[in-house]
Amino acid sequence: MSDLSTPLSGNAAGLRAWLLSETPDSRRQAAWGRSYRGWLNFRRNPLGMAGLIIVLALLVLSLAAPLLTWQSPDVQHLAQRLAPPSAAHWLGTDELGRDLYTRLLFGGRITLGMVVAVVVLVAPLGLVVGAVSGYLGGMTDRIMMRVTDIFLSIPQLILALAFVAALKPGISSAVIAIALTSWPPIARLARADALTVRANDYIAAVKLAGASPARIIFRHILPLCLPSVIVRITLDMSGIILTAAGLGFLGMGAQPPMPEWGTMIASTRGYILEQWWVPTIPGLAILIASLAFNLLGDGLRDVLDPKQS
Amino acid sequence: MAAPMIAIDGLRVRFGAREVVHGVSFSVARGASFGMVGESGSGKSTILRAFAGLAPDWSGAMALDGQALGRRRARDFFRRCQMVFQDPYGSLHPRQTIDRQLAEPLQIQAMDGIDARIRRALEEVGLPASARFRYPHQLSGGQRQRVAIARALITGPEVLLLDEPTSALDVSVQAEVLNLLADLQAARGLTYLMVTHNLAVVAHLCPWIGVMQGGEMVEQLSAADLRAGRVAHPHTAELRALSTELEEAG
Amino acid sequence: MSAHVEMRDLRVAFPSPRGPVEVVHGVSFTLGAEKLGIVGESGSGKSVTARAILKLLPRAATISATRLTFDGIDVLGASERQMRAIRGKRAGLILQDPKYALNPVMTAGAQIAEAWRVHHRGSARQARAAAIDLLAQVRIRDPGRVAALYPHELSGGMGQRVMIAMMLAPDPELLIADEPTSALDATVQAEILRLIEDLVARRGMGLILISHDLPLVSHFCDRVMVMYAGRVMEELRAANLSAAQHPYTRGLLDCLPSLIHPKDRLSVLKRDPAWEG
Repeated sequence: MSDLSTPLSGNAAGLRAWLLSETPDSRRQAAWGRSYRGWLNFRRNPLGMAGLIIVLALLVLSLAAPLLTWQSPDVQHLAQRLAPPSAAHWLGTDELGRDLYTRLLFGGRITLGMVVAVVVLVAPLGLVVGAVSGYLGGMTDRIMMRVTDIFLSIPQLILALAFVAALKPGISSAVIAIALTSWPPIARLARADALTVRANDYIAAVKLAGASPARIIFRHILPLCLPSVIVRITLDMSGIILTAAGLGFLGMGAQPPMPEWGTMIASTRGYILEQWWVPTIPGLAILIASLAFNLLGDGLRDVLDPKQS
Repeated sequence: MAAPMIAIDGLRVRFGAREVVHGVSFSVARGASFGMVGESGSGKSTILRAFAGLAPDWSGAMALDGQALGRRRARDFFRRCQMVFQDPYGSLHPRQTIDRQLAEPLQIQAMDGIDARIRRALEEVGLPASARFRYPHQLSGGQRQRVAIARALITGPEVLLLDEPTSALDVSVQAEVLNLLADLQAARGLTYLMVTHNLAVVAHLCPWIGVMQGGEMVEQLSAADLRAGRVAHPHTAELRALSTELEEAG
Repeated sequence: MSAHVEMRDLRVAFPSPRGPVEVVHGVSFTLGAEKLGIVGESGSGKSVTARAILKLLPRAATISATRLTFDGIDVLGASERQMRAIRGKRAGLILQDPKYALNPVMTAGAQIAEAWRVHHRGSARQARAAAIDLLAQVRIRDPGRVAALYPHELSGGMGQRVMIAMMLAPDPELLIADEPTSALDATVQAEILRLIEDLVARRGMGLILISHDLPLVSHFCDRVMVMYAGRVMEELRAANLSAAQHPYTRGLLDCLPSLIHPKDRLSVLKRDPAWEG
């Protein structure tokens, strides 16, 4: 019944009116209208928008790397090593004569891919641990938070070293190492939110409907912890990029032939004085990506903050 | 004689080390209304929460329709007994549509005809159908309290626990909500257990009243006696005097 | 005595995505050394009206009036510095919940002493003595002990008394009380209002009491101004409340349940769109 009101092929004005309707006819319309209002809010923040555009651009450039480049990132032209930017090599070449532009785009796949992998591992884990701990309280809370503290107390690089010793240096070891030390702050944040949320009468009302703790946590508490976790993770992403790059730099992340941004800096750091652009260009990529994620996070905070609206 | 709908005997409730209700006993017959008045901290809301199962650390005896209540409430209890909270801004989930909040108890209780029940519930509390897919922040305080009442009634309970249901509302809206509660009781034969600090409100809705002070029920009297000033306990007299002082001035 | 406050055609607007929204549409009144009650339901603009006198509104708000003076000073033209000299010193504001208005890490006595020293010259010792004297004036039984307490150690009524003592410290000429007792129990509410009433009478201050509670306001004030949707519906002497003419005022009185006069059914306020026009 409600689907009839969806303007399937309607014009833009009709769609806008449908989205901004004060009296939606279906749950779907209400949810879309809510998201659209959030988007309108976000669009008013120029810095946040800039962050979003840069992040999207970086993702598109990395995903479309094979289409946007015409050489292999691993092909070496030793005759043209350390060449400055030119028409043939837009960003110059590295110490083995590999095209830096090509390596930068392919490197984005690895660096940003690591970030995505960490987030996919960390966000659900931190969210669930925090919400369960905060809602149940008591002994469960105490045990879960002590475990969180233990993980929080291990320095990322030391844990990565341990992993490298146990497994082998590589992207997956780096991702696991970063993930293992990145979830505790998120769990703490989600727990703090869950603690305030659980005291509300609307949670008491759901309890009085006879809902099980699992239902209360997953359907009623988690959605309210999500906004601050999303913001936190977006802000953390720059940190994850830097850690991934740092591990690569130390030789514990991506291994040399791979065009990972941090590894690229590490392997060319000796040329910083004579051929400064070679290590600087991946450095700039890291800087821009971190900054963009930070701006995006700040913009999202203004829109998603549950204390507003 | 049938068992009373609500029976509370020697109820004591503790929060941590502190006992806030010191042995309260009363009962409410089926279809009747009982009101508890008292100042903040007198323990009146705590009794309500303990009966609903929201204050776990209690001793004494409580029974719903002759069935003794234990530590844990069975799912069936929540079908028979529901609660309306004081603050309509805090008792509705801020990120869920009215529709979803009304559907939740029905899904938990595995009831059928959810769509029709929601439409009927909104109509019963006097809300337009257009309110169904709105979020709480798009409704006024009075409308929110109607939603909270609709949510409490949607599974067809016999007992409604009312925790200061009108004290966060404007007086004109308070009148509408009190009338609604009176109508619903007449239509469904509901049993009300109400808590408020307002003597005029409690006397309007409840023919039988318990006065709370410092965790004890110091007096039980009829609304007629309260109105006429036939009170036994000094605290009741004090509360009554404060209430009538303003009325007489007006 | 001359008028403390003169307000002519006050209008206040707040920005919104769909352009500015006016929430107060032309309110006028004059206040001398008397007690004025402003009554209205939520959204009636009563708090905004009273706060406009001290320019205590969010920065986004636009205030306009043909005349808005505090003791002859043009409030709209006054600089932020001049306003600071008025706020706190010559006019005090008492809020609903003292919990949010008191500094949680300072003792009650220290906060009152600080308020006193901002506007009097004196040593720390004198300020402390003044604070204890003020606490005694707001009828706190053991002022010396209470002065050493932190806000979280105070009960609601005690906190509100401390708040009042703080507002009285600089000897203001005007007190604005915004729902000062709505968070308090009836027994405490009566005491606090009697206290305010007594202090206002003794010091010859002006009082603006903002509340949603019509009987309460008419009991404690000389005059009552009834507001609805940003407009003044009716202004009348508190003693004549039962003779109120405006249907909105009548409606507000009629929809109250009464302890003395039982009603089978409460009458419901019928809102007339003309009131907003």
